This record gives sequence, C-alpha cells and structure tokens, in this order.
Amino acid sequence: MNKIFISGNHTFAEAAIRAGCTCYFGYPITPQNELGEYMAANLRNNGGVFVQSESETAAINMVIGAAATGARVMTSSSSPGISLKQEGMSFLAGFELPAVIINVMRGGPGLGNIAPAQGDYFQATRGGGHGDYRTPVLAPGSVQEIADLTYLSFDLADRYKTPVMILGDGMMGQTKEPVLFPEKIKSLPEKEWALKSRGDGPSRFMASLVLDTAEMERHNWKLERKYQQIADNETRYELYKMDDAEVAIIAYGTTARIAKGAINRIRNEGIKAGLVRPITLWPFPKKILQELTRTINQFIVFEMSTGQMLEDVQLSIGGMADISFHGRPGGVIPTPAEFARFVYREYQEKKGLKS
Amino acid sequence: MKLKNEWPIYYKKDVVTHYCPGCGHGIVHRIVAELLEEMDLGKRTIGVNPAGCAVLAYNYLDIDMIEAAHGRGTAIATGIKRARPDLFVLSYQGDGDLSAIGTAETIHSANRGEKFTVIFINNAVYGMTGGQMAPTSVLDQQTTTSPMGRSPDVDGYPLHITDIVAKFHGVTYAERVSLSTPKNIRRTKKAIQIAFETQVDDLGYSIVEVLSPCPTNWKMNTVDSCKWIDNVLEKEFPLGVLTDKREKK
Repeated sequence: MNKIFISGNHTFAEAAIRAGCTCYFGYPITPQNELGEYMAANLRNNGGVFVQSESETAAINMVIGAAATGARVMTSSSSPGISLKQEGMSFLAGFELPAVIINVMRGGPGLGNIAPAQGDYFQATRGGGHGDYRTPVLAPGSVQEIADLTYLSFDLADRYKTPVMILGDGMMGQTKEPVLFPEKIKSLPEKEWALKSRGDGPSRFMASLVLDTAEMERHNWKLERKYQQIADNETRYELYKMDDAEVAIIAYGTTARIAKGAINRIRNEGIKAGLVRPITLWPFPKKILQELTRTINQFIVFEMSTGQMLEDVQLSIGGMADISFHGRPGGVIPTPAEFARFVYREYQEKKGLKS
Repeated sequence: MKLKNEWPIYYKKDVVTHYCPGCGHGIVHRIVAELLEEMDLGKRTIGVNPAGCAVLAYNYLDIDMIEAAHGRGTAIATGIKRARPDLFVLSYQGDGDLSAIGTAETIHSANRGEKFTVIFINNAVYGMTGGQMAPTSVLDQQTTTSPMGRSPDVDGYPLHITDIVAKFHGVTYAERVSLSTPKNIRRTKKAIQIAFETQVDDLGYSIVEVLSPCPTNWKMNTVDSCKWIDNVLEKEFPLGVLTDKREKK
C-alpha cells in the first residue's frame, strides 16, 4: 500500500475505520471538525453509524450505548468539549466499557482559543471525571503515529475493557504528512460480555451503581489491579539521541517534535542533549526516567502549558536530579530556536559557565 | 370471564421491592413485563434504566438492561438502537431525569425520531432524593425545595415536555395516561402497547407519560394520592393521545 498525504484529523478517522470502528458520535468543535466530517462522509455509507449529537454529553452517552452492545466506538472533541465528556468517561470506566476518545487540545481554560496547547494533561492523566479510576492516554508525535496509535487504542480499549484517550493538539490535528495506514481489520473476536438482549439465556445488566460499600471497594480494587496490569504491560516511550546524552529533555506530542529540532541545533554547539518522549502519558514512563538519573543529572521538561507533565517527571525522579521547565501556554507554539536557547542557558548555568 | 394472574416471565420472582407502598413504578414495571411477553419482545430487548427511584429497575425486569447517568437515558438508547437496530430498545425515565437534567437528550432524540420507546413516569416530584420540586410540580405544590408551594415568580411553571415533543415530525406516538384507577391502568397498558407497536413497526419515536402516585413524598395516603392525580395533577396534565402519526408513516 502507498503512503497517503493526509491531515492528522482525517488520519484519526481513517485509522479508526480501519481498526473496525463502526460507530462515531460527536459534536462540532474547532480544531478537530475535520475528524467528524470525515466520519460523516465515510462511515455511514459503509454501513456504520454517524450521529452528530446535540452536545458532547449526549455524544459520550451514545458511545456508552453502542459500546455496551460490543461495537467499536469513537468520539472526538477538543478541550472544552472533553470537559463535558468526563461524566460519561467515568461511567465507561465504571461499566468497564471499551471506547476511544480523541482530544485535539486547544488553549484554555474556559473557551480559551483554537490554537494548539497541552493544558489538558492533568485532566487526561488523572482520570478527569469523578471517582477512583484511570484512563490510558496515548500521545502521538506525528501524523503517522496518529494512525498507529489510533489503531492500537481500539485494541487496548477492548483488551482492558476501558476508555482510552488519544491526546493530540491543534497542531497534530491540522498537520498534513504522508501516512502509511495499517490494513483494515476484517473480523474481530466476539465480545462475550456485551449486551445483546437475553435471547434464550439469562438476563444481564450493566450498572455503575453499587450501593454495598464492600462490593464497591472490591470493584475499585479490581479496577486498580487492571490499571496496574496496564502500567506493567503498556507503558510506551521513545528515546531520541539518548545514548550519549548528558541532558535529558522530556516532551510529548508537538513539543517533542519541536524539541527534536532544538536538540539538533544544540548538539551543533557541543551539548549532548537527548529526548525522552512519553507515548503513553498514563501510564507514565517512570522507570526509564528513574534509570536515567544514574547517568544524567539534568532534566528539562518542555510543554505547551505552565507545567503539568512536569509533576509526573518530578514524581518519577524524586529529587535524584535537577529538573527545569520551559513552557508556553495559551496556544503559543514555541520554536526550536527558542527552546534551544533555553537548553543552552540552562546547561551553561548548571556548569557554572554563565554567559 | 376467567381471571388470569400468571407471573410474567420477564418480571423477576422472589425479589423484595424497594419501592414505597403505593408507588406507581411497580405497576408500570409489571405492565412492561406483561407486554414484553405478550408481544414476544423480551428476548430481543435492551432496557435503559435511569438515575432516580427506578435506578434498580434491573432488579425487577428480567431483560438485558443498562443504567444511565442522570438524564442520559435517551442518548444511551440512541447508541444502542443505532448500533443494533434489530433490537427492541426501551428507555424508562422519571420527570427530573427526562425533563430537567435530560431535557436536551429528550428533545433531540425525539426530534431525530429515534426508533425506540420512552416510558416517562411523572410524579411531579424528585422521589429518590427525598421530595424536591420537579419541573412537573404543579403551582402551589409543596415540596422540600418549594416549602411555601411552587411559585411561578421564582420557580416557573410546570413543564409540559411530552406536549412539546409530540409536535415533532419524528415523534410518531405520544400519549399521557394515569395510574389513578383500574380503568386508567388498563389504558396505560394499552398506550404502552401502542408505543411498543410503533417501534416494532419501525415507525419512529414513541413516548408514554404516566401520571404516577408518590404517596411518600406527597405526604398522602395511597387513596388520597390517586385522588390528587385525578383532581390536581390531571388538571395540569390532561390525559389523552398527544400525537398519533402512525397512519402517515
């Protein structure tokens, strides 16, 4: 198969269809409208379901209904809309229903703006909705990876019976790149747990109401064991030029890409910088960061926010190395040159070579 | 005439009800169970139960069910019916659920003409939370959050949501019934049967609003509750077929 030149938003949609997604429910919001439009054009006429809902709240609940029947389901939105979906995501987690939720982040809080930002990290990685649960979060760093991770997200959702979020941003959504798509899935295993109507068997029900506190606690621990399994098996990251690095930059998504440009610049200045790019934001790649503190004592976190993933890095490293932070919130897109200057200054300062 | 009193197969046996004495939910559950059997629908039904007193409906109805967050029943029902149009889908909701927090979902699922059936229990009060004012509480009705009686100045007026959706092209059948007398209960069963037939015949959205007693939160005995439905609630919400577009479809 040949590569296709395609935008990130269209790639989310095409990869989902190839992953066997048959139902999409969503509400328009910039900067991810092309995703829903692609679904409207390509899902219905292939026997799938596309509904433009009356709200994000309704969309995520339509997702619950379709997921309960065993269908592969997706919804997408951008920051303010994702806030509205959090109630439903809590229910998906409680019901243990698989679904894929795309967040093409924009500046915030409030309506904010429609420029790329990474201010939803806390919301995405800390569950977001009410109650004691986690959501696996995947952060693509290129349009090709949007295809690969969207495809993967449906498998993760089904395997662990959990909502999975893909956290992109307006830059990822709007960028066009050549993409090699995975093959379309022909058939999927039967979901024994799905509601199919009782037929001649016993009736079943799905409820997240558990009035018995002991039973609720058992359910909470059961979910926690599952999350531990996910953390053990599904933590993903990329190392870029880390073999000889003395400075480790930690960035995901769009900022990781900008960081790569910056790393190439400052390597020309003789500073051996490398990148740790978390691909799963939850589970966060703690172990590799801990291991790196044995050889590296300067970590620089780079985000399009005021410092959210920074806290996960601090928790992972736990005082074993110096951490500094460069952030551009509000929809401002930093440049490789700007970040290279920051890394250069930090490096000089640490070495006592203040210029 | 020989009286029949067989236990419906889709009505669970040997369970203790959590509903209060005189509550209407049990009657409507039984009607639903009877119709699912009589119309041979139970095997291919998925029901959606609400947040509210009927949150435990799956303890009584012996069909596949999923619980909705407060107000989201018809969104979940949309997801089910769209994913599995071959199934019979039923959303069971109360007045706070359907006409306050779930108003948007109610209006838009109706307007899309989703091909499922909504059973709307209107008892003019929030039951499970202890008797607060509902959108359907009548003027001067005393509740825990309208202790001096519902005042239009500060609380607005009773919301007639079934009358609103009945006007939609997508809504094929809408009727308001009551549980106040045996005759009214028989009509309730008939109305729900027509609503079910509407879905079976793939004709669009159907909704039955049931004026239902809540003696506990009305602070009345069961007899007075039924009289209150006839004399007060029904004056605000007159019974009858609100729309029937089956012939046109």
